Amino acid sequence: MSAFPVTSRNFRKNTAKAHADENLRKALKRMESGAIVRRAAVVAELPEFDALRDEALAIKNHVLGNLDFYLERFEAQVKAQGGHVHWCATPRQARETILSICQAVGARTATKGKSMIAEEIALNPFLEENGIEPVETDLGEYIIQLADEPPSHIIGPALHKTKEQVTELFHQHHRKYGREERVTDPQALVNEAREILRQKYIDADVGITGANFLIAETGSTIIVTNEGNGDLTQMLPRVHVVITSIEKVVPTLEDVSTILRVLARSATGQEFSSYTTFSTGPKRAGDLDGPEQFHVVLLDNGRSDLLGTEMQDLLRCIRCGACMNHCPVYHSVGGHAYGWVYPGPIGAALDPHFLGIEEAQHLPNASTFCGRCESVCPMRIPLPDIMRHWRERAFESAVTPPQQRFGIRLWAWVAMRPALYRAGARLAMRLLAWLGRREGRLSSLPFAGGWTAGRDLPAPQGRTFQELWAARRGARK
Amino acid sequence: MSGGAPAGAAGGRPRVGLFVTCLVDLYRPTVGFAAVKLLEDAGCEVVVPEAQTCCGQPAYNSGDRPDAMAIARQVIEAFRGFDYVVVPSGSCGGMLKDHYPALLAGDPAMKDAAEDLARRTFELTSFLVDVLGFENVRASLATSATYHDSCSGLRELGIKAQPRRLLAKVDGLELKELPGAEVCCGFGGTFCVKYPEISTDIVAKKTADIVATGASLLLAGDMGCLLNMAGRLKREGASVKVRHVAEVLAGMTDEPAIGEGGG
Repeated sequence: MSAFPVTSRNFRKNTAKAHADENLRKALKRMESGAIVRRAAVVAELPEFDALRDEALAIKNHVLGNLDFYLERFEAQVKAQGGHVHWCATPRQARETILSICQAVGARTATKGKSMIAEEIALNPFLEENGIEPVETDLGEYIIQLADEPPSHIIGPALHKTKEQVTELFHQHHRKYGREERVTDPQALVNEAREILRQKYIDADVGITGANFLIAETGSTIIVTNEGNGDLTQMLPRVHVVITSIEKVVPTLEDVSTILRVLARSATGQEFSSYTTFSTGPKRAGDLDGPEQFHVVLLDNGRSDLLGTEMQDLLRCIRCGACMNHCPVYHSVGGHAYGWVYPGPIGAALDPHFLGIEEAQHLPNASTFCGRCESVCPMRIPLPDIMRHWRERAFESAVTPPQQRFGIRLWAWVAMRPALYRAGARLAMRLLAWLGRREGRLSSLPFAGGWTAGRDLPAPQGRTFQELWAARRGARK
Repeated sequence: MSGGAPAGAAGGRPRVGLFVTCLVDLYRPTVGFAAVKLLEDAGCEVVVPEAQTCCGQPAYNSGDRPDAMAIARQVIEAFRGFDYVVVPSGSCGGMLKDHYPALLAGDPAMKDAAEDLARRTFELTSFLVDVLGFENVRASLATSATYHDSCSGLRELGIKAQPRRLLAKVDGLELKELPGAEVCCGFGGTFCVKYPEISTDIVAKKTADIVATGASLLLAGDMGCLLNMAGRLKREGASVKVRHVAEVLAGMTDEPAIGEGGG
């Protein structure tokens, strides 16, 4: 498996590729009706949904204001349960920590539950390079691992794959297990993956999962899943490694209950996910099963730099994916176009922090600011405002292309001179109206090729309002 | 007149400053005159300050904060002293009402003035319905229409029921709800020229939904969205006509629709 290159810089090229991919377009089309309708239905059934959002938001804001306290409390509780906490400032530290945990038990394979942090630190290629086979057990992750592709959605990693593509992938990769037949029925495909993964769970030396939440008062980690694969991943091997990040801590079980009530509703339109699994330390004396070792790898990767800034609200994100489910740009280009781990509005707001604004400058710019993401975000993260902050940083640091900067500054200079503006507007609109006089519109226009490539430019009526208003006022006098 | 306008500060008719918006000024003065007519019918005195150009969104959303602040100050100065400031656009209205106070929060000289302007500013249909309780629409148009909810008006200002309530009073007009009316049309200000392929892809979905309603007329409250959707409908050869909601409410539908020639 390859380490996936960052391609955010090539957003335009990625967009063209996405638009030419008929399978992707079909998959995105399905999503527009599915996820949105399910969320709306389940939210409508819960009158206190917005009040719960406010509670959830307050919990997270409180945590972010006291993050050091809750993380230390969490660490102390994990230790008290017999587990270990590894503080990792960088992706590299996190990868190496996980590798050394694996090597210490002579691991040859590691099963994995779904984890965006594992994607963020590019864990799989690193384990492979070091002789450890990572086995994805979430069905979507398993599919894209076979396809050697990155996830295209934070909760539906293989959303871009069609059933037919999965049939081919399984046919190609499952021959070595003696399966020669092409399976097309979706349930049969699921069963086939299940049967193959079953042995992998048993063979694995280490199970790696993510965590949706960390609970400070108990030292527990929580995963929220629908397939049950996470439970097998963390229960069967000798070692359970939780790879997670610092902003996922919440104070109490009570707090997490509140946030869980908005999470599944926002993510999949379920009232609750099928499995909500709590892990608290390794197997204790008298326990029938469970891992012998319990490790929490706690990644910062620059998150603490966001504290106290205008972007701190990003750390409230609970990775539900509602923003991308409702985003017209995501619906148009899909997840891979964003060119890194986190796509959609949250990616557009978050990726520049990880990748730098120069690499990621397209992402916060490629938004209509329609605000639908913010309106459905269970944590009320002001995503458009944060994207605008990134645009400001790009503008200030001259990352914004010179012609755009010059154009805006020139326009603003004129807009600050109303008399000049009015005179210029009168001339320009007369010209434009004259050009479009026949049809009432223009099908092409120099310097407006972007507009006219896909639509006509309606012609203006010819005289400006200010001009006509001045004439009317004159006539009234 | 029903509803009855609240009295202005001086006790007489409320004095309204009309913020025309750059697109209405440049592209479609009819919308400006329709807004004036509606406001006068509702008992307001309407003034159009000359020193207005644009609300500054192109600069603000391009990351040019200093220029956006300068333009915001210019607008605030131009609209001092009016009882109300009315805008025939949810997007520009949202800029004045939501974003100016945020933009100038750190400017002690302008902070209060920005908040004061925000309190006095309303989008046209919400001003007529929510502030004036205006019911006396005197317009007729025998056609079927559908309505697109522009994003800023909908999500920043809560405009959804107001235009529908007023349109229901237009004689002969049948309103057909647009599926996905709350989904963006892909205009997005400078977005539509910075990322034209994505913008076109989004608007093409919108126009397919519009055509599928079978309505003869598309209405919305924002010129940017209207130019975008009209441009796409015309490119596709669709027969749907496109107008700003104020034109229909004011009974000013004699001018050719947006993107239509001749007259």
